[in-house]
Amino acid sequence: MYSSRLARLSSRRLWLVNHSARRFQSTEPPPAGGHSPSIATSSYLRTTRDAALHVPGLRWVDADNSRLEDVAAGRETRKMNVYQAVRDAMSVAMTKDDTAVVFGEDVAFGGVFRCTMGLAEEFGRERVFNTPLTEQGIAGFGVGLASMGHTAIAEIQFADYIFPAFDQIVNEAAKHRFRSGGEFGVGTLTIRCPTMSVGHGGLYHSQSPEGFFMGASGLKIVIPRSPLQAKGLLLGSIRDPNPVIFMEPKILYRSAVEQVPVDDYELPLGKAEHLTRGNDLTLLTWGTPIYHCETALHMLETPPESIAKHVPTSMRSAKVELIDLRTILPWDVDAIEESVRRTGRLVIVHEAGRTGGVGGEIAAEIQKRCFLKLNAPVKRVTGWDTPVPMQYEKFYIPDALRILDAVVETLAY
Amino acid sequence: MFRISRLPTFAVSHGHLPTSQSPITPKLQFFNSVMEDGKQIPTYRVLDGTGKVIEGAQLPDIDEDFARRIYQNMVKLPIIDTLLYNVQRQGKISFYMTAYGEEAAILGSAAALAADDEILGQYREMGALLWRGFSYDEVMAQCFGNCEDTGTKGKQMPVHFGSRKYHYHTISSPLATQIPQAAGVAYALKRDPSRRGRNCAAVYFGEGAASEGDFHAGMLLASTIPSPTLFIARNNGFAISTPASEQYHGDGIAARGPGYGVQTIRVDGNDVLAVLAAVREARKLCLEEGRGVLVEAMTYRVGHHSTSDDSFAYRPRQEVEDRKRVDNPIARFRLFLESQGWWNAEQEESYKAEVKKEVMQAFKRAENLPRLELQEMFTDVYGGDEPWNIKEQREELKALLKKYGNTWEPWKAELKKYRGEGKELLEA
Repeated sequence: MYSSRLARLSSRRLWLVNHSARRFQSTEPPPAGGHSPSIATSSYLRTTRDAALHVPGLRWVDADNSRLEDVAAGRETRKMNVYQAVRDAMSVAMTKDDTAVVFGEDVAFGGVFRCTMGLAEEFGRERVFNTPLTEQGIAGFGVGLASMGHTAIAEIQFADYIFPAFDQIVNEAAKHRFRSGGEFGVGTLTIRCPTMSVGHGGLYHSQSPEGFFMGASGLKIVIPRSPLQAKGLLLGSIRDPNPVIFMEPKILYRSAVEQVPVDDYELPLGKAEHLTRGNDLTLLTWGTPIYHCETALHMLETPPESIAKHVPTSMRSAKVELIDLRTILPWDVDAIEESVRRTGRLVIVHEAGRTGGVGGEIAAEIQKRCFLKLNAPVKRVTGWDTPVPMQYEKFYIPDALRILDAVVETLAY
Repeated sequence: MFRISRLPTFAVSHGHLPTSQSPITPKLQFFNSVMEDGKQIPTYRVLDGTGKVIEGAQLPDIDEDFARRIYQNMVKLPIIDTLLYNVQRQGKISFYMTAYGEEAAILGSAAALAADDEILGQYREMGALLWRGFSYDEVMAQCFGNCEDTGTKGKQMPVHFGSRKYHYHTISSPLATQIPQAAGVAYALKRDPSRRGRNCAAVYFGEGAASEGDFHAGMLLASTIPSPTLFIARNNGFAISTPASEQYHGDGIAARGPGYGVQTIRVDGNDVLAVLAAVREARKLCLEEGRGVLVEAMTYRVGHHSTSDDSFAYRPRQEVEDRKRVDNPIARFRLFLESQGWWNAEQEESYKAEVKKEVMQAFKRAENLPRLELQEMFTDVYGGDEPWNIKEQREELKALLKKYGNTWEPWKAELKKYRGEGKELLEA
């Protein structure tokens, strides 16, 4: 399919000339679990103390301001998964800020995903408490607390159930500062919620609703990809002077494990992060699909035999720039624009459905800024425009194969 | 078990379920009221229609100065309302909502609060702001959205007041959203050592707003996560055109309080002394127990819902006239004051004349003030660093203004209304 297009455009990339060559490198069956890295073995997770202490953009937040901010020497790290890192962030925030409280459904016993384990014992039930089962109430209560300058860390049990709070979030939290001419505001409000698919969540334990909030100017939306990111971004969100929706990819709660600095640190909101560098194509995503992208890039380089014929040899050495967007609103347009200007190709991956998704917004802005630099249409690899279906999930989510196909098609365009 | 056996109406004890204190009964019996025999919750009153203390009622503790201050603020409301209502009719402001008929409910409750209790209103509670010292100039600034409107910077519709100084949280149009917020505000007060046991969050809402899910959420939260939240329902009989009979089938809003485990009272909202006494006591309970308390003030919305509404399309003019005549909250309190020798016809005349004069002056002044700078449109969306999209869009408007600002008539005329006429944008 791509060969006819290549005939037209092959001059654009030298390495595409050899596109028709097919080489089957391996005759052995694939190992159990496939050829590719999994979340557990991802190279994007920092497995050593040294790596964890030298993260781009990391800012130490110490009680002692006389210390140099960038000094990593002597600092400790601990192996954590995402739920432990989230818990650690809340513990740090509450230790340093007496007004900080954590509340939501079932948070007092530790939370259905263990994110608040032990916090009630550590800080008392006045600061870590269950609410009645009412999402609009949880969000409204948080708006009230935050309007008094108190730090409110609210939990919505699943992002799928954030919609009853949509009015409080969009009409109230997002507009609070603007409508009061800056006299009031709810900058100390953070709403955490587990998001994205989990393998068997069906319609209401799988959704990625970030796109619905993208038009709610006044809000920030943050989605981390790993434990280290989760702690730094959550602390950044809790202390950001704006209401933040912090969406935690629930499949990563236990599966993503890395070394996380024990001290207080923040990662910047509104900044994307480059995970790989390259000049041939920009691959942009956030949350769980980061790891599908990693697998797809591995497959591009060394495709398993079963699909090798669809991956032209010439493309296998393509340098793809993988970017973790991290903040959905306001998103890092400069980083994406700069990257696409170099690569001329953009593939956006997200789990949410395509129509009205975040990918559409980014695609439109990038085509405006990079029109003359684009060598292929911006491609979106997304969930389909259906609810997330229980027994069909493997064919619904943008997995490594679909990402690989989009990368190949875009390179071949 | 011993608790159950003490209940007089259940002579034979059958015990109770493990998760409930509800006594087991062999009688198959439905119920539909929180009061015995299906009777309605009574309405607490102190003064009758002629301003006399009714039999068995006790006057709340008020002195002459305090009583006069309440009355004077009640009187201010219809004077401001009438002017701004007419001004809207002339197209000088875009919108207005009067509080006709609800003066006692608003001032009686506001006077029962501490000056630094946090107020979260719906939109018909400007009287509470006036009570706390909000000036006529400030009222006008917000309604005109002029350069003195620090509370909303000309960004919200008229009557959406707000003031940090007077602990009055900025009004927003979505109904009932302030109710669960009030529980959060109250929880913050309870956690603040300097305000714990001293301040409550008072939240006002109409009986229509009480149908929103947020009312349910707010009542639940303030009772379950004990927070000193004072719920003040203004039951004025109408939500725009919808009569209360189509809003609920139960015994008003008050009947819902006990369902949430919330101390509740219903009060004659046209009797300012009853409202004062009820809210004072409610506030005391609220602080003592650190939990939600509900007051339902029964009134009647004498005015139209807003300037965008003609209420005679859904209720007879005569009904409104009758209510105004027979049950006027201001007249009722005035009769009381006069009976105490605290007010007379002469004072009435001179005070009203003075208010009218001052309100008119404030109006004239506000009318001639420009709006804030046009660039304010883009401020206060975010705190901290301004995101790129806002920055770029401001630049986009600037480019358009440069291109069309001096030639396209609708913009040219409009620009003159802003302080600086948009120059701060054009020259930036």
